[in-house]
Amino acid sequence: MAILPELTLLTGALAFFVLSLYRQLESNQLKNTAVFFGFLTFITTLIAVNDQATIFFDSYKIDLYSQLFKLMIGLGLAIALVFGRHLKDIEESVRPEYYLFLFLSALGLMMLVSSVELITIFVSLELSSFALYLLVPMRSDQKGLRVQMEAGIKYILFGVMATGFMLFGMSYIFGLTGSTYLHEIVAGLQNAPQPAALFAVLMVMAGFFFKLAVFPMHFWVPDIYQGAANETTGFIATVPKLGAVALLIRIVSLSSGEDMFLIYMLMILALSSMFYGNLSALVQTDLKRLLGYSGIAHAGFILLGLLTMDPGGYAIAMYYIAGYVIMNLACFLVLCNVSQQGENLAVEDLRGLHQRQPVLAFVLAVGLFALAGIPPFVGFMGKFMLLTGALEAGGTQNLIYLAVVTLAAINTGIAIYYYLSVVRTAYTVDPGDSPAVTVDGLNKAVGIVLVVLIILMGALPAKIVAIADTAVKSIM
Amino acid sequence: MDNLIINEGFPLLSFLIFFPLAGAVVMLFFSGDSFARYWTLAVTSITALFSIPLVSGFDPSTAKFQFVEAHNWIPRFNISYILGVDGISILLVMLTTLIMPFCVLASWRYIQKRVTPFMICLLIMETSMIGVFVALDFVLFYILWEFMLIPMYLLIAIWGGPRKVYASIKFFLYTLVGSLLLLVAIIALYLENGTFFIPAMMWQNYTITFQVLAFLAFFLAFAIKVPMFPFHTWLPAAHVEAPTAGSVILASILLKMGTYGFLRFCLPITPDATFLLAPYVLWLSIAGILYGGFTALAQNDMKKLIAYSSVGHMGFVTLGIFILNPQGLQGAIMQMINHGVTTGALFLCVGMIYERTHSRELAVAAGVGKYMPWYVTFLAFFSLSSFGFPGTNSFIGEFLVLAGTFRDNIPLALAAIPGAVLAAAYMLRLLQRVVWGGTNNPDQSYLVDLNFREIITLAPFLLFVFWIGLKPQPFIDLMNTSVVSLLDQLHSWQQQGVAMTLR
Repeated sequence: MAILPELTLLTGALAFFVLSLYRQLESNQLKNTAVFFGFLTFITTLIAVNDQATIFFDSYKIDLYSQLFKLMIGLGLAIALVFGRHLKDIEESVRPEYYLFLFLSALGLMMLVSSVELITIFVSLELSSFALYLLVPMRSDQKGLRVQMEAGIKYILFGVMATGFMLFGMSYIFGLTGSTYLHEIVAGLQNAPQPAALFAVLMVMAGFFFKLAVFPMHFWVPDIYQGAANETTGFIATVPKLGAVALLIRIVSLSSGEDMFLIYMLMILALSSMFYGNLSALVQTDLKRLLGYSGIAHAGFILLGLLTMDPGGYAIAMYYIAGYVIMNLACFLVLCNVSQQGENLAVEDLRGLHQRQPVLAFVLAVGLFALAGIPPFVGFMGKFMLLTGALEAGGTQNLIYLAVVTLAAINTGIAIYYYLSVVRTAYTVDPGDSPAVTVDGLNKAVGIVLVVLIILMGALPAKIVAIADTAVKSIM
Repeated sequence: MDNLIINEGFPLLSFLIFFPLAGAVVMLFFSGDSFARYWTLAVTSITALFSIPLVSGFDPSTAKFQFVEAHNWIPRFNISYILGVDGISILLVMLTTLIMPFCVLASWRYIQKRVTPFMICLLIMETSMIGVFVALDFVLFYILWEFMLIPMYLLIAIWGGPRKVYASIKFFLYTLVGSLLLLVAIIALYLENGTFFIPAMMWQNYTITFQVLAFLAFFLAFAIKVPMFPFHTWLPAAHVEAPTAGSVILASILLKMGTYGFLRFCLPITPDATFLLAPYVLWLSIAGILYGGFTALAQNDMKKLIAYSSVGHMGFVTLGIFILNPQGLQGAIMQMINHGVTTGALFLCVGMIYERTHSRELAVAAGVGKYMPWYVTFLAFFSLSSFGFPGTNSFIGEFLVLAGTFRDNIPLALAAIPGAVLAAAYMLRLLQRVVWGGTNNPDQSYLVDLNFREIITLAPFLLFVFWIGLKPQPFIDLMNTSVVSLLDQLHSWQQQGVAMTLR
């Protein structure tokens, strides 16, 4: 029963398929079923966390590494379902299908993190991506503008293009090594002719850069974040990034660590992502766009962990993405609850939130301060360890690494401004005639749990990093 | 680890750090404004009581770190939870714990809205402030140093004056951006030494380029916090808009963190860079002293006046530190404490007037002496103390700093003297206006004099003004060994360096 979490998700998806055949459905029933399956998935990932297996002709590997990512995916899915369960902006008639595709997407991601063979990787990735492409246009039509259609089309076109890059790279890899199994590819690529092997690895990475929203594969982010419903964005912005990081770690470790070109490439991409994301976020007024651009900057930070070319660095990248997902979920939880009819929120709409809904304001403040990298939250610890790891990889005498780390630190300074101005709006601006915000107990509880996680992960990171370390070492 | 005296018994320092935090957490579960007030007063008072064994158990004959507690925290990067105090930090810890109860008292009536969150912010501030002074691990230090920004930001942004939003954002951005490069310097130091343990980073052979870069990173962070001219512009804004308790905390404790950082990090970790760059820092200090004095002379807002006077006073502190001789250093530490006591008290005084007149303008407060005799008595003593009148605490500090400066660098001392004169000019101007005013005083007859709570708040400050002013020796004894040992090491380092170059 090593694939229990996957089976649970599949069951959930099928259940919603059956439900979608009925015409008359109580929306409460639907909500509860979704939350039930969300938590069930999380629990099964907990149960399955220590499983070990290799199945489906060695193309599917269940080990600590994959199970940890599944655990995070399960947690993210459960939380996203809790705060997104009202589906304020999704028409009632398509809600069962919405859940069906959401669960399928999560299923694809879970399969992705376990895949160790190129075709399996491709199939899992497409399963998760196509389900997401369908979720975006399901938003009900606002003011006849059809922004959700535009977003959906952009998402699928850009996505397919990124997939094209990836397939192209995979074909090179197969041509160079004659195998689609990752462990055989590692050996094969060592002796492969050099520019071709590097090119192949970079092309495959490009597909995942798209998922993670790394510059220059970031351009879909703002429009899709804005066009999709809040609940959908809350999912897109968090859980799929786990899959992307899981696979990026696998692929980076394919190349031999000596390759300076790849490292410099990653450095340039990391810094471009940070500067592009942070500078663009400074001028945003739409909250989702702002979080989208901040996500691009955070993707740059993740690359700092990858460019160490060292299991320790990968482990910190894992820790950081886990923290990022939790911080981001906290922000989206607030966003979804403050939004009255599922409309997009401008930063202005949060004014006086601490008077309208103190708990949400607190969750938001912790989430944003954590994203900004203020201690003692997980965002600071992650950034601190990423910077330390990157500087360690280069040694103190290496000025290039020092410059990268310094510029990354300066980026934290740029970022604080826009996070702080959101907090400022929530805490210091008079609420005026803004409507009161009602929030149910489950959302409040989940919000508090997220805050506690953000603080605990930041204050006591040793254990988590140690576990991630063992997990990463096991796949090397 | 030979320079540590491990504390085997009750973990006193951890208690001082975490007790206020625990108090803040407890408060989350209770509501009621008066509960919040009494509870916070109790928590801060207990913390203050528990800090007394720190002094009585402190061994002033050694420069080692005492009451040390050490635990592993993040083994992967060799980060530990290590606390300890020495002669440099003990007075600052005491200052923090003793001032906090009076901050609570000062907010008793001043804060009417959202009392519980305010008190929680105060308690969290106390946790991180004590932590900064006792942390011996650089990461722990940095975490507390940065974390402090959040409660302080909220104190200004929520309970502040009319321009609170501008002031709080400026404060936050200025201090945060200043300390970003500090983080890079910390990581670089870790890679050189393999540990974040602060004493292990001191007196190591770094290259001069490395030292200068590290010094500059330190300097940016600490000079903004002090604040030294020309990094001072956040201070008047933050001081003016903060509520009374916030101003007191800012002036008495937060500013000291910058100078504490110079003493703890710049001197022992980057000694060569200190020798190289000290002249520039000294002249910046002179600039701060004169600039602060002249600007204070022109203010009509009482809080702004005191804020600019802080720039001048802190200039004396950095002057004393970077003149690098025993009198200077002792004077600097004394001046840190004195400034904490006197300026804290002055902000409390301004707060009390503000509660009555709802204005900080000098013109509005003119001539209150007629109706508030108790109040102006206190104010007079604190003002005299502020410009270093003999017999008060600041005289000791400023005298030591100037004596030290005269010993080593006469032009510098001559340049600093006008600062002392300016201080007398602006403080006497303030005093004259507030006590007597002129012929066109506003009608003050509605003012009531200080009540019992307010007298209780101010009296201990007055006690310290005269205690330190008349018998400073116990305070100097506490820090003497640490100061002398720091300077000995610094000068032997210098001679070693000279010997190396001669060879």
